[in-house]
Amino acid sequence: MDIAGVFLGGFAAGMVLFIVSVGLSVTMGLMGFVNLAHGGFAMLGGYTMVLAMKHAGLGFVAALALAFVAVALLAGLLERTLYARLYRAGELDQVLFTIGLVFVMIAAITLGVGPETQTIRLPDWMRGETDLGFVRYRTYSLVVIATGVALALALWLGFERTRFGARIRAAVDNRRMAASLGVDVGRLFTVTFAIGSGLAAVGGGLGAEILGLDPNYPLRYLAYFLIVVAVGGLGRVTGVFFAALLIGVLDFVLKIHFPKGGTMFIYALTLVLLLARPQGLFGRKGA
Amino acid sequence: MMRGAAAAAEAFARRHRLRWWEALPWIAALAAFFVFPTYLSFGTQLLVTVLFALSLDLVLGYAGIVTLGHAAFFGAGAYTVGMLAAHAGWNEPLSGLAAAAAVAATIGFLSGLVLLRTHGLTLLMLTLCTMALLEQAANMGAAWTGGFDGIPGLKFQKILGLFEFDVLYFRTQYLYALAVLFACFVLVRTLVYSSFGQSLTGVRENVLRMHAVGAPVRTRLVVAYTISAALAGVAGGLFAQATGFVNLAVLGLDRSAGVMIMLILGGYGRLYGAFVGAVAFLLLEHVLAKAYPTAWQLGVGVLLVLVALYARNGILGLAEPLARRFAARRGGV
Amino acid sequence: MSGAIPILETRGLCKAFGALEVAREIDFRLERGARHALIGPNGAGKTTFVNLLTGVLAPSRGQVLLEGEDVTHLPQAKRVKRGIARTFQISQLFRGLTVLENVAIAVAERMGAGGAMLKPAGAHREVLDETIRLVEMLKLGDDAGRRIGELPYGRQRLVEIAIALGLAPRVLLLDEPAAGIPSAESHIILDAIASLPAEIAILIIEHDMDVVFRFAKRITVMVSGAVFAEGTPAEIAANRDVRAVYLGSALDG
Repeated sequence: MDIAGVFLGGFAAGMVLFIVSVGLSVTMGLMGFVNLAHGGFAMLGGYTMVLAMKHAGLGFVAALALAFVAVALLAGLLERTLYARLYRAGELDQVLFTIGLVFVMIAAITLGVGPETQTIRLPDWMRGETDLGFVRYRTYSLVVIATGVALALALWLGFERTRFGARIRAAVDNRRMAASLGVDVGRLFTVTFAIGSGLAAVGGGLGAEILGLDPNYPLRYLAYFLIVVAVGGLGRVTGVFFAALLIGVLDFVLKIHFPKGGTMFIYALTLVLLLARPQGLFGRKGA
Repeated sequence: MMRGAAAAAEAFARRHRLRWWEALPWIAALAAFFVFPTYLSFGTQLLVTVLFALSLDLVLGYAGIVTLGHAAFFGAGAYTVGMLAAHAGWNEPLSGLAAAAAVAATIGFLSGLVLLRTHGLTLLMLTLCTMALLEQAANMGAAWTGGFDGIPGLKFQKILGLFEFDVLYFRTQYLYALAVLFACFVLVRTLVYSSFGQSLTGVRENVLRMHAVGAPVRTRLVVAYTISAALAGVAGGLFAQATGFVNLAVLGLDRSAGVMIMLILGGYGRLYGAFVGAVAFLLLEHVLAKAYPTAWQLGVGVLLVLVALYARNGILGLAEPLARRFAARRGGV
Repeated sequence: MSGAIPILETRGLCKAFGALEVAREIDFRLERGARHALIGPNGAGKTTFVNLLTGVLAPSRGQVLLEGEDVTHLPQAKRVKRGIARTFQISQLFRGLTVLENVAIAVAERMGAGGAMLKPAGAHREVLDETIRLVEMLKLGDDAGRRIGELPYGRQRLVEIAIALGLAPRVLLLDEPAAGIPSAESHIILDAIASLPAEIAILIIEHDMDVVFRFAKRITVMVSGAVFAEGTPAEIAANRDVRAVYLGSALDG
């Protein structure tokens, strides 16, 4: 495959990682909560689309929107009722709770929908190829890339330019200070968690063509999502974007050239990176 | 009730002494040998898992190191025994276990030296990556490790030149695993009641204060991590010897998360939590998982959520207030 | 007296976080057996100063000397071994352990028994005896077997001091020892401090001026990271500048 093609393929994979992981980065940075169930929300997004398209006859884009809304609502509810009780608990309790939650999600999907792999039918306009001038490439991948970049831009603007974003940044850097300045941290957490999980749902649905979709999804990609977040830095939208891009492209290239040892290189790279910079490539020290 | 510093000191000075109920797990294990002679393969697996959970308790329960990569050491031990037997003809069991412990300890020491500078999410990630790295290495080095298929059909010499491995009923393996578990347990018990163990608890409870009393925190953690790795390596080695095979499953996230779940269900930082957790979990799994695998996973998930929210000290934590009331009543009479 | 080498001294000590200077050119002397108070408005850098003395923070410039010996680059653990102990403004205790165990951990570390792996912790008789002595000295005997989490905060503050004493310090840095407890109970803490062995040099950070003027023989006033004034309580009380920036209301009222 030519260089442009390899790059675009990796770019698309990276954008899926970004859309899923960015919420995890913000919620972990904001709440200091080790949320191993995040991939579960992505999976639920994918399954919402499958069911909505099959049984309610919704189109791809409408189903994607529904996945965002439905999963965001569910996540907001879970945050209020369960997650919020564990903010002050240790990592261990959080790990345990979220692993439990993943198991429940996996089992619920297996029982309700079945253990087999699902495919999400792409709309016709995404299935062909598009001529970019210098290269022809799958329209679907280009849509994923465009969505990822657009979301990154929107999130970046939202973070830097809106009051809501300013509050989140303040709370990530110093929660107590933000609270004393009158930020309603509890509500901030719920809304951020809901949006972050909703985005994961979008990533799960939109990226199903790339990452696949079956009940084991949350555990299979857990390490990848965590790596993207850890490398990108907690609570850093731009950091997660570049980390996802890096990992996506690397993984894509390595899987073509070294189908067996490619993943090993990514783990080794992460290990070295985190040892040199425990706060991540783009994270701020001590934040 | 006695009061005052001297009384408290007296209780502190006596807390490491053996209590009568500490004989129960060993009596039960020996009794099971005679009562369930056809289940000893499962029993051996249980004993190996208890040892693995016990090794995790030392770092997670006592030192408070939250790791998702403990299977790295179990796997290192298992592959050491497997590869030595398959390629080097080194199939004497006890020295095999020693080699497993040495390799796992070396990996634990080297990784601990660099990993334990970090904490929280970073540490969690690093332990996960270390394990994934080993898993991928085992997957790639197929000439040595058998790759995805692993190394089947391992054969071992008689234990101490006397007891032949019992391929059919696992009688020898069961008693062998029980003896090894007992020896390792004695070591762990000695450690946790020592000043060293006390200082690990101090690190878990408040690392800032531990620095402020002048304790060499990182050294203590690396030592604990290395010992724990060695014990996990022994568990892995035992697994390979008892079952006669090694494959990638010994190194995975499933095994790491599974042993952590068992330990926490039983009650971490309690020495016997590893026993209670592993036995309860594996027994239930044995009965339920084969018949209703999905319902089993759902049940475990719900259980974990409940434990995290309401019973953070596990089964033993729930039992403690009852035991205390019982002891108080006896003392009062 | 002023010619003798002080037990603890800083020379030109500076610390900056980026552009924010939290310690500026601090020259400070703590004499042997001193009863010295460090006062100043919130955010003056008092706790930062303690962190520089104990080695939690490394200074950007300047020196820390213990008995004339440069310890600027010694890590915290080594300074503890040489006799610098501290308490924390917000209690830093082993919450799940008993009072006795809390103190025993500190004593074991000081006596070099903290790494012993084979002997039971309770079999180190010398550690246990010293622990009992300290627990009783701070009148914590009745609570010795209780966990920290079960104790009222005032009692926890005493444990905080007992742990520091367990390190057999020559210099004791008390960071607001009575912070967070009702004033009706604070006299218990202050009595305990007043009865500490005379040979320990004590630096106390405190906001309650009654306490400061009753306890201290010398007072240093810090304002925005720098030493603003230093002298005997009478000199500080008479210092117009200090009154203007800081003491005013506290003394008049």
